[in-house]
Amino acid sequence: MSITATPGGPVRRLAGLLHRRPYLRLATLLSAPLLWLVVAYLGSLAALFAAAFWTTDDFTGEVVKQFNLDNFQELWSQTVYRTITVRSVGVAAAVTVIDAAVAFPMAFYMAKIASPRAQRWLVIAVLTPLWASYLVKAYAWRIMFSGSGVLSWILDPFGIHGPGYGLPATITTLAYLWLPYMILPIYAGLERLPNSLLDAAGDLGARTFRTFRTVIWPVAVPAVIAGSIFTFSLSLGDYITVKIVGGKSQLIGNVVYDNIGAADNLPFAAAVATIPVVIMVIYLVAVRRTGALDNL
Amino acid sequence: MRATRLALVAMAAVSLLAAGCGGKSGGSHHGGTGAGGFTPPNIPALTSLGQGEGQVNLVSWAGYVEDGSNNKDLDWVHPFEQQTGCKVNNKVAGTSDEMVSLMKTGQYDAVSASGDASLRLIAGGTVAPVNTSLVPNYADIFPDLKNKPWNSVNGKMYGIPHGRGANMLMWRTDKVTTAPDSWSVVFDPNSPYKGHITAYDSPIYIADAALYLMSTQPALGIKDPYALDQKQFDAAVNLLKEQKQIVGEYWSDATKIQQSFKAGDTVLGTTWQVIANGLTGEKTPVQTVLPKEGATGWSDTWMVAAKAQHPNCAYKWLDWVVSPKVNAQIAESWGEAPANSKACTLTEDKNFCTSYHAADAPYWTKVHYWNTPITQCLDGRKNVKCVDYSKWTQAWTQIKG
Repeated sequence: MSITATPGGPVRRLAGLLHRRPYLRLATLLSAPLLWLVVAYLGSLAALFAAAFWTTDDFTGEVVKQFNLDNFQELWSQTVYRTITVRSVGVAAAVTVIDAAVAFPMAFYMAKIASPRAQRWLVIAVLTPLWASYLVKAYAWRIMFSGSGVLSWILDPFGIHGPGYGLPATITTLAYLWLPYMILPIYAGLERLPNSLLDAAGDLGARTFRTFRTVIWPVAVPAVIAGSIFTFSLSLGDYITVKIVGGKSQLIGNVVYDNIGAADNLPFAAAVATIPVVIMVIYLVAVRRTGALDNL
Repeated sequence: MRATRLALVAMAAVSLLAAGCGGKSGGSHHGGTGAGGFTPPNIPALTSLGQGEGQVNLVSWAGYVEDGSNNKDLDWVHPFEQQTGCKVNNKVAGTSDEMVSLMKTGQYDAVSASGDASLRLIAGGTVAPVNTSLVPNYADIFPDLKNKPWNSVNGKMYGIPHGRGANMLMWRTDKVTTAPDSWSVVFDPNSPYKGHITAYDSPIYIADAALYLMSTQPALGIKDPYALDQKQFDAAVNLLKEQKQIVGEYWSDATKIQQSFKAGDTVLGTTWQVIANGLTGEKTPVQTVLPKEGATGWSDTWMVAAKAQHPNCAYKWLDWVVSPKVNAQIAESWGEAPANSKACTLTEDKNFCTSYHAADAPYWTKVHYWNTPITQCLDGRKNVKCVDYSKWTQAWTQIKG
């Protein structure tokens, strides 16, 4: 169907065709986003997975496209990769728990107690740190954790030494970086909780803790889990923060990065990169049952 | 150790003569030429120089190709463009491995490769041999940089040496009481500076451990820290695993380690001269030394792509970048020793070449330049297999645990 220079005719026929065939209309509308999703997004994941079964030539670094399980065997047999995986999951879990603990009261205040005017400002305040560069924030924490930094200055009079660079510093920094991603879903979730439910709980004689346990928490759980998907997955893949404040520790992301950057061993990096993908798939499948995905 | 290095230099000189006579005879010997036993793809070098193509695409280390946009005093790109009519398109790479992958795309004409990238580029057929007679300034390059294992194969030069430096030992003079003269201070498990020691965060750092073992455990028979058989390699890896107990943090980012020394979180460890200069400029009391065991280091070489689309402009750039004035400018702003012997009279700081030991050949015999470890031992041993770089990388992951 070619569009000729005469106006009206072909365009009108095209419009008519689209009108008569809703499927065609839908297909045309969705083809671009679907192409993006399938080719660029899922396609790259598939390519990643396929590459994990290849190897590289020892010397020239050329990828040898021949199916084998060497990379996964290496991942399985070397205990160091298990240690790193456990450490990475531990860091991601710790970040998630800290963020949930800090974000919940904050989100509750924003959603239920603050005046509508203050609410708006608080949302902006929570979002503001996202405007600053990730690196600036990570380096700011690096300076704070330094032996001559703010943390040591505060703790030294009490005879305590700052934690220095290492996993505690990494967890703190990541918890700071991803906090907005936890606050916002919880805030959105709690906003949907009618105030009348809280009043009813009070009228029926429930104290604070009981109201929290039986009224607020069941409503908020899916929102907390939705937030945890963000904080958990963002922490699991991070490799920059740990390079800046992690001292000598390394996480899964660093192994991937080292194998791409230093070794030019893309197949092995791809094999390592499937670990967080698998962990996230397991996590998402578990989470789906709670209905949290409806809250995203 | 020193005697062996001198022998290697002598051998290199001999093979240089051989190459100069037009023969290919320098070839099969180990040591001075090539990487014991691999044959690069046969790619012809350019035979004559023609008109410039109007542009040239470069891959370089940060600070090697400056057009004044970072610092208006540092501009050797615009004069080049005016003089040759070749517009420079530069891509800065962060690591040797990034350089290798960028060059493999075939979109670039020339690259400033360090020794841990150059052999891979040669073996992969990514770069072509360089016809040094088309680069007039090549004549003034220090002879101890020519025809080395990391920039030539079988007596054929694959690039033009550009500059070199050593990975020095640095310490805070106010925190470390006795001035060290040996790498033992960063490997001593009972170090009083435990937790404040740093090491370079790259698999190539395994060579630093091997270098230390070379003089402390001669029984291992390490001759070249980049040619380690399994037993020697395991010894180096174990040494680094022990070292991890006293390391405070690893560094790969110069800004990060500079800040760490300044704050006093790190007081001792491996460094580059440019970092030490930065710290001295910030009034942090640090000092560097080339320890008695020697040190690892780098020697960068400008190479031309085998499939270069702008070979004439690439050759003009090669000649330009090692011309005395430009070479002096780059060396001084970057903090490394220039490769052109005439550059030394043109530096702003008249002592520059002395403080960087530019012409001090005996000094450089103590420096083992980065090289790519491959299965064929680089030190010429034929009866054993050496551990290749991808194994080095995986070992580095295990060292960090």
